[in-house]
Amino acid sequence: MSGIPHDHYEPKANWEKSLQKRLPIVGLIYDTIMIPTPKNLNWMWIWGIVLVFCLVLQIVTGIILVMHYTPHVDLAFASVEHIMRNVNGGWAIRYIHQNGASLFFIAVYLHIFRGLYYGSYKAPREITWIIGMLIYLLMMGTAFMGYVLPWGQMSFWGATVITGLFGAIPFVGDAIQTWLLGGPAVDNATLNRFLSLHYLLPFIILGLVIVHVWAFHTTGNNNPTGVEVRRTSKKEAEADTLPFWPYFVIKDLFALAVILVAFFAIVGFMPNYLGHPDNYIEANPLVTPAHIVPEWYFLPFYAILRAFDGDVWVVILASFLTGGIIDAKFFGVLAMFGAILVMALAPWLDTSSVRSGRYRPMFKWWFWLFIVNFFVLMWAGAMPAEGIYPYIALIGSAYWFAYFLVILPLLGVIEKPLPQPDTIEEDFNEHYGKGGDGHGGATSPAASPAE
Amino acid sequence: MSHAEDHSGDRRDFLYYATAGVGAVTVGAGVWPLINQMNPSADVQAASQMRVDVGGVAVGTQLTVLFLGKPVFIRHRSEEEIAEARAVAVDDLVDPIARNPNLGDVPATDENRSMPDFSGENTGEWLVQVGVCTHLGCVPIGDGAGDFGGWFCPCHGSHYDAAGRIRRGPAPENLPIPVAEFVDETTILLG
Repeated sequence: MSGIPHDHYEPKANWEKSLQKRLPIVGLIYDTIMIPTPKNLNWMWIWGIVLVFCLVLQIVTGIILVMHYTPHVDLAFASVEHIMRNVNGGWAIRYIHQNGASLFFIAVYLHIFRGLYYGSYKAPREITWIIGMLIYLLMMGTAFMGYVLPWGQMSFWGATVITGLFGAIPFVGDAIQTWLLGGPAVDNATLNRFLSLHYLLPFIILGLVIVHVWAFHTTGNNNPTGVEVRRTSKKEAEADTLPFWPYFVIKDLFALAVILVAFFAIVGFMPNYLGHPDNYIEANPLVTPAHIVPEWYFLPFYAILRAFDGDVWVVILASFLTGGIIDAKFFGVLAMFGAILVMALAPWLDTSSVRSGRYRPMFKWWFWLFIVNFFVLMWAGAMPAEGIYPYIALIGSAYWFAYFLVILPLLGVIEKPLPQPDTIEEDFNEHYGKGGDGHGGATSPAASPAE
Repeated sequence: MSHAEDHSGDRRDFLYYATAGVGAVTVGAGVWPLINQMNPSADVQAASQMRVDVGGVAVGTQLTVLFLGKPVFIRHRSEEEIAEARAVAVDDLVDPIARNPNLGDVPATDENRSMPDFSGENTGEWLVQVGVCTHLGCVPIGDGAGDFGGWFCPCHGSHYDAAGRIRRGPAPENLPIPVAEFVDETTILLG
């Protein structure tokens, strides 16, 4: 795989040869974990493994939770309390699952931002990026439906608001909303189907993760320089890369261990810090909580949803041009999904031939402004839709779209990039010195004086 | 190309299209029940009418009942509320339609939204509406909340006036009025 020359699995014992002839599974696993990986990867390349860990953690704890949970409007809330108070170690399993979702999203945002900064989405890795965006969408769907299951006030009203988004679709919205809910309002039918899908989607994500890994194993990893691994000879390839096992596995596991210290500190000492107290009140269809907020990881998009009300000129224009079919409500929904769509289209919107932001002096500023803007939107999404906050959300939303639709296309034309290293080896030696020949080989004579 | 080959091509094309067509219909027929099962079930559809005793609802207070999974606000309005709601010109409204299925497509005057009592006289005392914000379905807070002396939706800040008409915020429509009527002096039939 990956077109990078490297040693392939060679069965030695007779049983290995015979198995390889019938089912080349050992060879597949060997080539996957021994894939040549650019040796200059920095700490931002740990998130993929952290994400795989999160997925497995959520699936395992989730399967356990379903053993004790009851998906019925009269019993769901009590069954969660039963898990917390009666089931052996149930409190820990549930708190890990609950905070595991947050760790999952922290990791996925860092993973996405890593990709945006180092240009990992650019050719030839567009498919990897698109698959990643699909995984991200499914993650959001899964997290949303999982949040409904405890049947607290935030669960119920969050479900009402989010399914209401589909009701905003012109002409067919009401029918779609009723179909999603299984009735005129969020009720038992909704809770049951959400459990079913919440259980299903992680396995679809798992399948897509395999495709995601397959895609970037075919193109090879990106790296902080954005310079491709040399594929002209095995010697040169080995000077640019190290095998994934053991070098990057150990590095990633070390990072994971550090992250898990922080994670378990939160699970142990402040498990509800990222949650909302209202969700410990059982769902009541007659009382809306004074301030509905989604979980923190949805806040930037929630801010975009709310930013476009009927007073914004683009909304008025869209409404006029479509003869009122696109009203303020539907426009907000389009903006929210559009925010993710423009991010998914980044490979085709970014016109710069330089991959890594490291060599793009102007891009850097706009990128960090994009990151700051992400947190501003997150903050604005948590605030009530009153006073100054909708204006802040509107400015933040405008920048989100401008970044992808205006800045990325223009920068490629007007920006003068800095010189890039010729090879990954050159960049590596510059950072870490030419300390001996070590593993992975070298192509420059100075790197291996023994020759 | 010979005449015979043309014929065999036509025949083959026909077989392809016929097979694909029958296949598509079969798959569609097989998939539809899998989709339709998610629509409201028979018991959910069956609950359609409800009687509410409003004898105990004092002037200036509100009764909220759960009907078809949604709250219905039954408000016994005070003289001030009625006066305030009737003083508003239809031109000032975001949504100029009454959204009252009991009357059809009529302007959103207060008279077209409030409910006549058992004698058929519309004094404006009774206002019955579905308590679901037309933005994204939250339940607005009542008892004169918001900047227009009616209801205020805490989710995204929609303000409704004393006749339940949207005045400011992201909601596109007035609060909907359910099909309802007085069946005796103090009983309202919903549905």
